[in-house]
Amino acid sequence: MKKTFELEDLDCAHCAQKMQDAIAKIDGVDSVIVNFLSQKMTLEAADEKFDDILKQAIKTIKKVELDCTVVL
Amino acid sequence: MKYRLTRKQKKMLIRIIAAGVLCGLIALITHLLEIEGILKLILFLIPYIIVGYDVLRTAGKNILHGQVFDERFLMAIATIGAFATGEYPEATAVMLFYQVGELFQSIAVGRSRKSIASLMDIRPDHAVVIRDDQELEVSPDEVTKGEIIVIRPGEKIPLDGTIIEGHTTINTAALTGESMPCDSGEGDRVISGTLNLTGLIKVRTESEFSQSTVSRILELVENSSEKKAKVENFITKFARWYTPCVVIGAVLLAVIPPVFTDISSWAEWSKWIGRALVFLVVSCPCALVVSIPLSFFGGIGGASREGILIKGANYMESLSKIDTVVFDKTGTLTKGKFIVDDIHPSQVSVDLLLDIASVAESYSSHPVAESIINAHKGHIDKSRLGKVEEIAGRGIKAEVDGEVYYVGNGKLMEDIRSDWHECHLQGTIIHISKGTEYMGHIVINDEIKSDSKDAMAKLKAIGVKKTVMLTGDKKAVADHVGEVLGLDEIHSELLPADKVSRVEELLKTSGTLAFVGDGINDAPVLTRADIGIAMGAMGSDAAIESADVVLMDDKPSKIALAIRTARRTMRIVWENIIFALGVKALILVLGAVGIAGMWLAVFGDVGVLVIAILNSMRALRRLPE
Repeated sequence: MKKTFELEDLDCAHCAQKMQDAIAKIDGVDSVIVNFLSQKMTLEAADEKFDDILKQAIKTIKKVELDCTVVL
Repeated sequence: MKYRLTRKQKKMLIRIIAAGVLCGLIALITHLLEIEGILKLILFLIPYIIVGYDVLRTAGKNILHGQVFDERFLMAIATIGAFATGEYPEATAVMLFYQVGELFQSIAVGRSRKSIASLMDIRPDHAVVIRDDQELEVSPDEVTKGEIIVIRPGEKIPLDGTIIEGHTTINTAALTGESMPCDSGEGDRVISGTLNLTGLIKVRTESEFSQSTVSRILELVENSSEKKAKVENFITKFARWYTPCVVIGAVLLAVIPPVFTDISSWAEWSKWIGRALVFLVVSCPCALVVSIPLSFFGGIGGASREGILIKGANYMESLSKIDTVVFDKTGTLTKGKFIVDDIHPSQVSVDLLLDIASVAESYSSHPVAESIINAHKGHIDKSRLGKVEEIAGRGIKAEVDGEVYYVGNGKLMEDIRSDWHECHLQGTIIHISKGTEYMGHIVINDEIKSDSKDAMAKLKAIGVKKTVMLTGDKKAVADHVGEVLGLDEIHSELLPADKVSRVEELLKTSGTLAFVGDGINDAPVLTRADIGIAMGAMGSDAAIESADVVLMDDKPSKIALAIRTARRTMRIVWENIIFALGVKALILVLGAVGIAGMWLAVFGDVGVLVIAILNSMRALRRLPE
């Protein structure tokens, strides 16, 4: 499943890169792109694991940039 | 353009103003009352914490997660260090300016995003669909394929489709940048995102909204920032070692000189630590990391407004370096619409010759065949046509009214030993022979586009070294077109596979090569070239998919504009790089030598950031002719 989410308050380009690298390392992630300019994250992972991986991705995002929220 | 601050930004602004005012007041008070020591420290800590608490908190958290070279951590160290060396006002001012810089960056990026978004605001927001004989206003993504929608004059066309009722003129400026209106009536295709001007039309939709042209264009531009240019990758790599290097430099600067001058003197240590702290302040490559992708995004957004879709920053980069442009002839430099120019019969009437040829070609979809059929004024009775055999590279052998006719080129006439003769006129000549009895020939020409000549002149004017034409057409026709347009090289009578090999040869002797075609049957060549440019892509999915750069309308003169846009974007990118690195280097030197204090360094850094971002936005602007 491939879904795109809007990210609010993603203000630091460096952070976007860090998030992308960190989420890519999560087990089960097929691909992830965090686009700083359009403030969107596109996540691709297996259907059954998707919700779980999404939760982990959100945690990772918070770790990198505390104020950034994922619009679900 | 009005830009509204986000809640987060408003809060920060309030904090900055509060801290700034307090800082100023406290500086005044401590100076007048000559307050020193612990009391002074505590007083200055107030604005410091007001403006900087989130930086300190994040710095602490990130350390726990192992991220040491985080700019917030370095800022925290720099300011705490300043407090430690007694520079209380400096420390607070540094934190204040740093937060001002961060806020500026946030606002500038937000504004840029908004500019680009409004530029790209070609997205239609509603559609009127007919269901159960009622007109319903819905969101465009609620309309399914095959439904009928109504579009009134003055409305944006919400979905791709075909007109089934009505007649109007359409303004395609939103997609192509051209404002010349286009007449459309029943049976004509319309494209989402264009503007319906004069008449009310009913359209049967041909795709869902997410697959419509306008959605695909927007998706293309948004995703373009994912294809990084070489410059971007270089800067990313550079940024990764820049920060650690500067930090190590700071440590060395703090430790080595005092060891050599006077290891016991706290004043010496604090002097050098102070200078080292300046290093920490300039250690963030943010100005580059933010402004460069922004420049490319702006460049791509600006180009799309002109009807030039560049699919990635890497293509923008290559586009700027083009020195050779290879054109396909038919459909690119010429209209691709063949018309019968003249009919030269031998011993038969004009009408008979045309009649036989039309019937023979009546099932063919080749453009040449179509032109013959179009020239025939009457009704073509296809039942007169019997067996048809295609002879590759030659023409056809067809049975018309029971008799065998050969319709094709001179080589075909030679093969069947007809007593044919050449035509003195330019063009594609179709000879017709009844058996071996020569009947005559029809002269067909492909009109050169009105702006092709201008296109070539523009390319030469901007410094493109070589212009080449490839075509399957015969030599005489190709040479004629090449001469009229002033092309450097002409390769004719090519089979599709030959085109690829010609391009491969040209690639060896050129710097960066672009191939321009109509995208539909040029896919392998488009892929082989350094840059594949598809023209006339409005509505053509195949063209949008296969090329790197897509021109929405079919004017070859847009190519020069595309190249100029790419060059300007690259110029802005390099301006930012040189400016940012130059100023930072200067600050590092001045800081090491002791001329630049910490707050001056932050000021410089913030200034560089804002200027770089503002400069990036220039990429959005329209290029003068």
